[in-house]
Amino acid sequence: MEVFYLITLEDLEKIRAENNFKENLRKKKNHFRIIVGMATCGLTAGAREVYDALIHEVNLSGLKNVEIEEVGCIGECALEPIVEIYNSKGTRTTYCKVKPEDAEKIINRHVMKGFVVEDLLLVKHKKAGASE
Amino acid sequence: MIRFQVVICEGNTCQCLGSSNIKEEFTKKIKEYGLERNVSLFSNVCFGFCDRGPVVIVYPDCVVYSSLTIDDVDEICQKHLMKGKVVTHLTLSDITPEEEQKIIEYQEANFHIKQERRVLKNTGIINPNNIKEYIARNGYFGLYKALMEMTPEEVIDELIKSGLRGRGGGGFPTGLKWKFAYNNKNDIKYIICNADEGDPGAFMDRAILEGDPHSVIEAMIIGGYAIGASQGYIYVRAEYPLAVERINNAIKQAYEYELLGENIFGSGFTFNLEVRLGAGAFVCGEETALIASIEGERGMPRNKPPYPAEAGLWNKPTVINNVETLSNIPRIIRKGAEWFASIGTEKSKGTKVFALGGKINNTGLVEIPMGTKLREVIFNIGGGIPNNKKFKAVQTGGPSGGCLTEKHLDVPIDYDTLVNLGSMMGSGGMIVMDEDNCMVDVARFYLEFTVDESCGKCTPCREGTKRMLEILEKITRGEGTLKDVDTLTSLAHSIKDSALCGLGQSAPNPVLSTLEHFKDEYIAHVVDKKCPAGVCRALIKYYINDDCIGCGKCARNCPVEAITGKVKEKHEINTDVCIKCGACALSCPTHAIITA
Repeated sequence: MEVFYLITLEDLEKIRAENNFKENLRKKKNHFRIIVGMATCGLTAGAREVYDALIHEVNLSGLKNVEIEEVGCIGECALEPIVEIYNSKGTRTTYCKVKPEDAEKIINRHVMKGFVVEDLLLVKHKKAGASE
Repeated sequence: MIRFQVVICEGNTCQCLGSSNIKEEFTKKIKEYGLERNVSLFSNVCFGFCDRGPVVIVYPDCVVYSSLTIDDVDEICQKHLMKGKVVTHLTLSDITPEEEQKIIEYQEANFHIKQERRVLKNTGIINPNNIKEYIARNGYFGLYKALMEMTPEEVIDELIKSGLRGRGGGGFPTGLKWKFAYNNKNDIKYIICNADEGDPGAFMDRAILEGDPHSVIEAMIIGGYAIGASQGYIYVRAEYPLAVERINNAIKQAYEYELLGENIFGSGFTFNLEVRLGAGAFVCGEETALIASIEGERGMPRNKPPYPAEAGLWNKPTVINNVETLSNIPRIIRKGAEWFASIGTEKSKGTKVFALGGKINNTGLVEIPMGTKLREVIFNIGGGIPNNKKFKAVQTGGPSGGCLTEKHLDVPIDYDTLVNLGSMMGSGGMIVMDEDNCMVDVARFYLEFTVDESCGKCTPCREGTKRMLEILEKITRGEGTLKDVDTLTSLAHSIKDSALCGLGQSAPNPVLSTLEHFKDEYIAHVVDKKCPAGVCRALIKYYINDDCIGCGKCARNCPVEAITGKVKEKHEINTDVCIKCGACALSCPTHAIITA
């Protein structure tokens, strides 16, 4: 006979507690979550290649404190591919127009040494615009 | 062979923190492991990481190890120097406070803009292929609350109180729609998600399905519970392969977690969800045509009433909601109607996602509270018009909408203000146009789209839009008369009054709206035979002015040899031969070739 397993509120709460990435980063210390915008807009701009390059770099350096995830569109479609990095303190850095060649810079400079890769920062590319 | 160089900082700070002991330990360990031939040890003065000393850098990888203790040396030798593996937990990988300050300043500069992320809260943050990440951000808690703590009536009441209106275009109150379906008693009912996003320039539904598919699924289960439906369909166009893939994956995961299927949470409520693919007909975004398409019929609208809430899919009561509408619902249930209604205008609550496109710097998606001024959206969030061009108009609502001009920049955007101005919210596409866009040509473009997409069922839409298009083409060719403009207007009004469905009734809107705001451009085309923006090819002529330096580039680039002239003298264009391709103007180094 088939056994029916029903998800309960406790299960949901457990999943919620275990998968809060900001909390997890904070607990693990010195961990990074790198996300790559991989919706249609990102993919057409070459996000898949950037994603592969980042994974390649992380494996090359043998880093164990980095998780790389694909996510949807954050809305800056003109500036894709977008890569964002969360650190253990919860600071979020947004890089845009990232090319596969930039993966090395991002991993070596940002993740391993703690420098911001300034020329890729979103704000450097986005027109801030004032409402007259 | 030297494989690694270990450089130890002997700046004052690092010395105080014990770098000489570290150096001694390194020397000892290198000897111990017999690494002398592979590793060279240096000292250097201050690398600038004084707050994290003692610091050691290992080349050629350029790995910075910081805050070292004597015990760490052994690990670095064993792992890095012997096996080539970076000891990650010792690396200086946390951003320094100064660098962090930089980021924060940048982020603030970026996000001072007045966006309010509600629908787009998760997109671009969570992995859409992982249900756990959605649950971690309070996903499916709204569903639990609805199923276990609320009756269907309470769910509907909450929705009515929130004032949520359909985000697909019409702006009909979602709560009322659910209530009608709830009141129509029947054993079988359906709920459908309309993801047939067809407006040129709108892509927010795609972004939601690709970035946060579970929010739509959760809302549909809540909807099914509220109206008493146990079967749902997501009607998504086949042109969105990634969205289809992600939503299918999300449904699969929801079944695995028992959030779809029988007896959800043990509440006794059963709900099943399936995806149906549309073949990309614009008219299938109209609810009755959509239903016909799911039933396997040709996608054509029918007369309303009866509304789908009475007799929809297979003649059963059916609710059809847009993706963005649904995406709002889980949070309304979880956080309450007051939270949702706390922003927005009197009759339009909450936020709206707009897809900015056209002549604007920051192309992309923005989510703003209802009632935000157009100026804010275009010049602040959108970053203004590229190349210092002048703003001319913004087209909202796609082929069913109209244009808003400079004088409307300070109008707060909501459903009713846009309708009053002769446009509409539509699904939220916003196409910005600058001085280089010809409004007659814009109207022609949209009409061409509706002529293509007309299903052909009713005569006003099938024949009328075609006749309108012919007149517009005549005008852009410079053969129009003032009488044509009058015919255009009267045709537009009769189509508006007599077409069967929303698509036909709104098809003349782009023409009416451009006629109202840019009549002078129509007159210029008809009377002066000129296109002020220089777009309509039949009406423009290329000239060479006195800036010509006689370099001959234009003549060499002309495909039909219409340009003649001696070297270092002003050239001339033979307008009878010229095909107006514009190749000469592009090649001219002094911008001496102008259109008039």
